[in-house]
Amino acid sequence: MARTGAQAVIEVLLQEGVEIVFGYPGGAVLPLYHALADSPIKHILVRHEQSAVHAASGYARASGKVGVCFATSGPGATNLVTGIATAYMDSIPVVVITGQVPTSMVGTDAFQEVDVTGITMPITKHNYLVKDVAELPRIVKEAFYIARTGRPGPVLIDLPRDVALSLCEEPIPSKVEIRGYKPTYKGHPGQIRALADLLLKSERPIIFVGGGVIASGAEDLLLKVAETLQAPVATTLPGLGAFPEDHPLSLGMVGLHGKPYANHAVMECDVLFGIGVRFDDRVTGALEKFAPQAKIAHVDIDPAEIGKNVRVDLPLVGDARTVLADLLPLLKPVKREAWLKRIKQLQEEFPLTYGRGGGDVRPQWVIQRLGEMTRGRAIITTDVGQHQMWAALYYGFTRPRTFISSCGLGTMGYGFPAAIGAKLARPEEMVWVITGDGSFQMGMAELGTAMEHELPIKILLFNNQSLAMVRQLQHFYYEAKYTAVHFHGNPDFVRLAEAYGAVGLRVTRQEEVIPALKEAMDNGRLTLIECLISEEEMVYPMVPVGAALNEMILPQD
Amino acid sequence: MKHTLAVLVENRPGVLTRVAGLFARRGYNIESLAVGPTENPSISRMTIVVEGDERTIEQVCKQLNKLIDVIKVSDITEDPHVGRELVLIKVNAEPQVRGEIMQIVEIFRARIVDVSRDTLIIEATGDEDKINAIESALRPFGIREMARTGKIALVRGARGKVLEAGLNSQETATQTG
Repeated sequence: MARTGAQAVIEVLLQEGVEIVFGYPGGAVLPLYHALADSPIKHILVRHEQSAVHAASGYARASGKVGVCFATSGPGATNLVTGIATAYMDSIPVVVITGQVPTSMVGTDAFQEVDVTGITMPITKHNYLVKDVAELPRIVKEAFYIARTGRPGPVLIDLPRDVALSLCEEPIPSKVEIRGYKPTYKGHPGQIRALADLLLKSERPIIFVGGGVIASGAEDLLLKVAETLQAPVATTLPGLGAFPEDHPLSLGMVGLHGKPYANHAVMECDVLFGIGVRFDDRVTGALEKFAPQAKIAHVDIDPAEIGKNVRVDLPLVGDARTVLADLLPLLKPVKREAWLKRIKQLQEEFPLTYGRGGGDVRPQWVIQRLGEMTRGRAIITTDVGQHQMWAALYYGFTRPRTFISSCGLGTMGYGFPAAIGAKLARPEEMVWVITGDGSFQMGMAELGTAMEHELPIKILLFNNQSLAMVRQLQHFYYEAKYTAVHFHGNPDFVRLAEAYGAVGLRVTRQEEVIPALKEAMDNGRLTLIECLISEEEMVYPMVPVGAALNEMILPQD
Repeated sequence: MKHTLAVLVENRPGVLTRVAGLFARRGYNIESLAVGPTENPSISRMTIVVEGDERTIEQVCKQLNKLIDVIKVSDITEDPHVGRELVLIKVNAEPQVRGEIMQIVEIFRARIVDVSRDTLIIEATGDEDKINAIESALRPFGIREMARTGKIALVRGARGKVLEAGLNSQETATQTG
């Protein structure tokens, strides 16, 4: 059993089935890299630590496995912070291991020392500073267990250099036993019966699903429950893909930029069955006006989410898949004509439209074509801005784990590194990054990483030379005074791609869109399509601050 | 309303920071927090007095429970419990008022634990009301310094065995993935 702490870490990683680690080395983490070199685990050297954790998170979302990343102490660790917070807000299982200065120097403001466990306490599910090598195997084992069970999330291990180099005699524990951590998977049987009753008696139910359904792999059961009840299904942003959007019962996304008919339907339903959602402010609009006619049932694995934001009539703590499996046998097929007719009416009365404004190339139209050409089956990662909402509204997701985006934290620069993780997790799938010129410039250094590993990712970049989502806010809330939103000095993105050895294509007119998409789909190479669009495009619908979901601003023509 | 929470936590470095950080971050008001070891050396007990409505307290308890190092959280406000606080009060005590102070000490069944030429240190234990009462009784003499521990509490009778209840639940969560 004579091995170093670092070797013990790698041993646990192998036991946990880790195949890929994303990272960036530096002095304090070298023992770990030294041990990694002798293992079959593949290391992906990124161009910035933030991309390492984003890539690990994209990997986790695409594969359902725990993503892993390494970084060094000090600036290496602080560069991870945004990525860790991103994963935390979206409940993504990631294990982050940072090097730390030797224990004898901890607390002395040594070179590249930073209190990363202190910094990341509020943005990790749990974190550890390892002081004793004897505890290391247990800690690493626990970290994986905590990251993937219950409500998943990032776990950080800070590993001082001397601890990593010390001899570690402890075996890897075969089982994890944490007395303060017992997530509840099985729902209370009485509450599940009550839920079945509520749903069967309901005349106008809506099933409202979030990322929790995808995290627990419950999409097949969701489909059965929805079809049995003939209940329309709406989703949150991270819930996209949990229910096929080409299904007649699909309403699509609800919320601030939700589909108009979906928002109206939520306001009219009599039972809102939320599962794996957290009713955050981007979904509810004005809380006191949210779903006024509905009894709300809320299923979530995290008890703290239930009753946090909205009043709940039927709380149920449990894992989405386990609860749906127990619920299904209690349901019987329902015929539901009036409500589905009303939904149809709403769809006709309040369709999703984007108006006539804008330039020749309409981004919404481009995303619809991409959705058709890939049959809604590609993995789509996005950055944050208008393009994120257009992707959510117009792509038409049909499979879980295909919409990968920073939903809770809203992190620009997420999409491209996340796509690298996703492509490595599922090389057989086509991976598209939908991005804007603002966001892409926060992550574009990873073109080098994608080239190095020959990842034929497709980048659809909407260039309006501005931060148009911010511009949109200024348009509506700040007297259309556009401040600090225009980019002068953007690069030529086509030549930028070419400089890396990738394919660059530019689209300036609508008729060039389909040929460009087709070329990208067929060429087997890393490809960037730059679409020039108007900065005057808006994301519609838009629920203004303080308004109810059905009080939307819609395009005027 | 004030609530008294009995919280059993792992006796590890950083746990207090996690709990205090949680309160600060989510904007909960700690009235007092007392922490110390229990009969089991691997477990510490925190007694937290927190102000808030039912909904806030429910969130406080749920958020505390989410911390991996927190083993058990009980809101014992409504349970019969013994709650005590200890106070040390250094009070001005010129010779001519010492008699009067000693009478107050007697009434509250407190103790004098230090004497100097013109001050006394008084130690008192009791519930919050009693501690407040002795403080206001001594205030006219001039309180030089005061230290209060914050409340510690145990539920009365056999039912109060939160510790074992927390420790006996050995069932492990279903492993997934």
